[in-house]
Amino acid sequence: MRSTDLRFRIGIGIFAAALLLIVVAIGITLANDSSLSLQRFGFRFWRTSNWDPVAGEFGALPFIWGTFYSSVLALAIATPVALGIAVFISELCPQALRAPLMFLTELLAAIPSIVYGLWGIFVLVPAVRAIEALMPEGLRALPLFSGPPFGVGMLAAALILAVMVVPFTSAVAREVLKTVPMTQREAAFALGATRFEAIRAAMFYARTGIIGAVMLGFGRALGETMAVTMVIGNNPQVSLSLFAPQYTMAAVIANEFTEAANALYLSALIEIGLVLFVITLLVNVLSRGLIWSMAPP
Amino acid sequence: MMIRKIISAVFVGACGLAVVVALIPLAFVLFFVLSQGIQSLNLDFFLHNPRPVGETGGGMANAIVGTLILTTLAAAMAVPIGILSGVYLSEYRGSRFASAVRFAADTLNGVPSIVIGVFAYAVVVLPLGHFSTLAGGFALGVMMIPIIARTTEELLLLVPNTLREGALALGATRGRAVFSVIVPAALPGIITGVVLALARIAGETAPLLFTSFNNAFFSTSLTQPIASITVQVFTYAISPYEDWHRQAWAGALVLVAIVLTCSMAARIAAARIVRIRGL
Amino acid sequence: MTINGAGATFPYPIYSKWFSEYNKLHPDVRINYQSIGSGGGIQQVTNRTVFFGATDGPMNEDQLKGAPGIMHFPTVLGAVVPVYNVAGVSELKFTGQALADIYLGKIKKWNDPALTKLNPGVKLPATDISVVHRSDGSGTTYIFVDYLSKISPQFKSDVGVSTSVKWPAGVGGKGNEGVSGLVTQTPGSIGYVELIYALQNKIPFGSVQNAAGEFVKASTDAVTKAAAAAAATIPEDFRVSITNAQGAGAYPISSFTWILLYQDPMDKRAGNAMVDFLKWALTDGQKYAPDLGYAPLPANVIMLEQAALDRIKVS
Repeated sequence: MRSTDLRFRIGIGIFAAALLLIVVAIGITLANDSSLSLQRFGFRFWRTSNWDPVAGEFGALPFIWGTFYSSVLALAIATPVALGIAVFISELCPQALRAPLMFLTELLAAIPSIVYGLWGIFVLVPAVRAIEALMPEGLRALPLFSGPPFGVGMLAAALILAVMVVPFTSAVAREVLKTVPMTQREAAFALGATRFEAIRAAMFYARTGIIGAVMLGFGRALGETMAVTMVIGNNPQVSLSLFAPQYTMAAVIANEFTEAANALYLSALIEIGLVLFVITLLVNVLSRGLIWSMAPP
Repeated sequence: MMIRKIISAVFVGACGLAVVVALIPLAFVLFFVLSQGIQSLNLDFFLHNPRPVGETGGGMANAIVGTLILTTLAAAMAVPIGILSGVYLSEYRGSRFASAVRFAADTLNGVPSIVIGVFAYAVVVLPLGHFSTLAGGFALGVMMIPIIARTTEELLLLVPNTLREGALALGATRGRAVFSVIVPAALPGIITGVVLALARIAGETAPLLFTSFNNAFFSTSLTQPIASITVQVFTYAISPYEDWHRQAWAGALVLVAIVLTCSMAARIAAARIVRIRGL
Repeated sequence: MTINGAGATFPYPIYSKWFSEYNKLHPDVRINYQSIGSGGGIQQVTNRTVFFGATDGPMNEDQLKGAPGIMHFPTVLGAVVPVYNVAGVSELKFTGQALADIYLGKIKKWNDPALTKLNPGVKLPATDISVVHRSDGSGTTYIFVDYLSKISPQFKSDVGVSTSVKWPAGVGGKGNEGVSGLVTQTPGSIGYVELIYALQNKIPFGSVQNAAGEFVKASTDAVTKAAAAAAATIPEDFRVSITNAQGAGAYPISSFTWILLYQDPMDKRAGNAMVDFLKWALTDGQKYAPDLGYAPLPANVIMLEQAALDRIKVS
């Protein structure tokens, strides 16, 4: 009896180990294949902005900048919307509407990234270009709005990322709000709170989980590739301007990987992949930790 | 008191507004995909391969077949590993090894798909010496594994303990109890999870860019590059040719149709199972 | 048998035509070409992840060292043209210096005196010039910057000559397709693409001043004239630049485009098929060139190439 149980455990344990092995293998492969670039450039890689494949100079600061700027912007736009949806679905809407609304938000998440990118190129970018062209001269002088109205650029990328992040954050926030005991809300109502105040109390109770949900959305935005590649303009520069074409870590790998014509170039791109891997890992771990402290798996 | 009520009303309104704001891009995207795509959806699209620039009548037959082959490959790799990992995670919940595996699964879930593409390039393309369907299937499979593992785990946990206890009381070994009783009880839900994972990866582009690459011809070979709907849509979208743009929308429509049908079917099935089983 | 190749977007229209026509003649040979840019072509063929590469920028010494035994075979001649999207303007004249200064970011507006002087009678607006270049490693870029570096020493030192350069300004499009797309969609923009992309998408393109001082608009004729001088003295490995060519009527931003094949391929059958394909392309295939905006190769170059093809070890 014991031995068959043990064999069973080992038998399926091998498959579970395969999962673990894959993750470890990813980390090791990335680290190994970027060693050339790591050794050559060290930390300079992340402090300099000069991405010059011709001269063999690889400064990846613009990519980190572009990735974080676009993701933070996306978060700023998406978080209120996502939380609003989560609150609406879980606290405010009539029972009949609940299932259809949940279905619709999941639909947002199901649309493939390339389709968002396609829509981005042909619909969003011209719209953003029109907005940029309409900007009054006075605002144009600000660094936030400077530059010719390409349409492609940081603003378009942030908008598309926001659309893609909303369903993620809202689904997790909904789950988190579900774990808030009814007693919290009942107590608030008993004390004469308005709906807003009761919900605020519930959200305060669930704050760590909600922060976790927001961070999960952040992690999603950091790694998004196709939709961003098609609308961000592909220019490795560090710029504050929403109108400026910029670049993200995922986008540069997608665009330049097949043409890295020498070992150093390839290694530099893989190093970017390694850092992307580590950053998303950290963000995901942190967010999951926050969520689990509220709602253990 | 009045001001508090007003604030509350404004808040409620804002939440409703948030829903509307989120649904606007959804409607927008679906509208464009439908209206632009349907114009270019014809028999040529489904039966023909891409034609050179300037010739009409080209289609995405090879890409549709390619996506099917790639997702099948990915499932062949991911379903065994994913389901059995999920079984381990639910059976041996408390152990440290299970915690490590769970952590790995959640990590893998969050790894950007482009990074997985880089991994597949290093592990399959370089040793093999060229781009291949196998490499693409591998990359997609790696993405599927954690999704399947976690859904399987969660579904197995929902199976009432009485079932397990009954099986064990009748003298079944652990393995028997799991595979003959518990897994079949959760099977419909597990299949739903697999279908959802398939829908998710059928829409992936980034991991295929430098693994399965692309192929202008019709091909089913595992060791040759293969076309896929997603990569083809990408190639067409960034081109300057009107005809190719139209085909890109058509491809997007086909993609969205596949993904949404699978997701919807899976969810409806899951909901019915929950209702029937009372899980 | 499927033969995989990758590389330049510049000749993609004619290559896709050739591979399709050749497949009709030899149904068992399928040549799968993906246009990912010349840089990609060089890299993939160096790694042998594809059987042949294609590039508009010949490989430099370092790259040749990485791919021992690689041979260059010119296939057609093409032209890189400056395309633009300025309301109400269809014909513009440029000098090499003006183009260099635009891409250096020194000329920022369409009504800059440098441009108005060249184009009296054309109403140029006071809008910013939105510069579009390639985001990927590109032979089209190589041809363009090769020409600009010959004209402008500052361009040569600030930007340099390669398939992938550090652009001082502008937005990057992926492939000739990406640049054409961006220019057609962005008012006030300027870009550089292979002639056929401008013709097929009806994007206005300008004439460029050549070494003889004439303003020439790209055409198969003008490109052929540019190659005439170089054809007589083409080096044995066929790596030569014909930008800013001497001679009347020559278009200054012309170039050969090459297919890269190993002299000693690992797959002999595929090697045999490629040699046969190239011999067809150099003879029958050339007739498809003018319709697609490319110029056929000079006769003596074709003869030299046939001889070189025979040196490929296919048995």
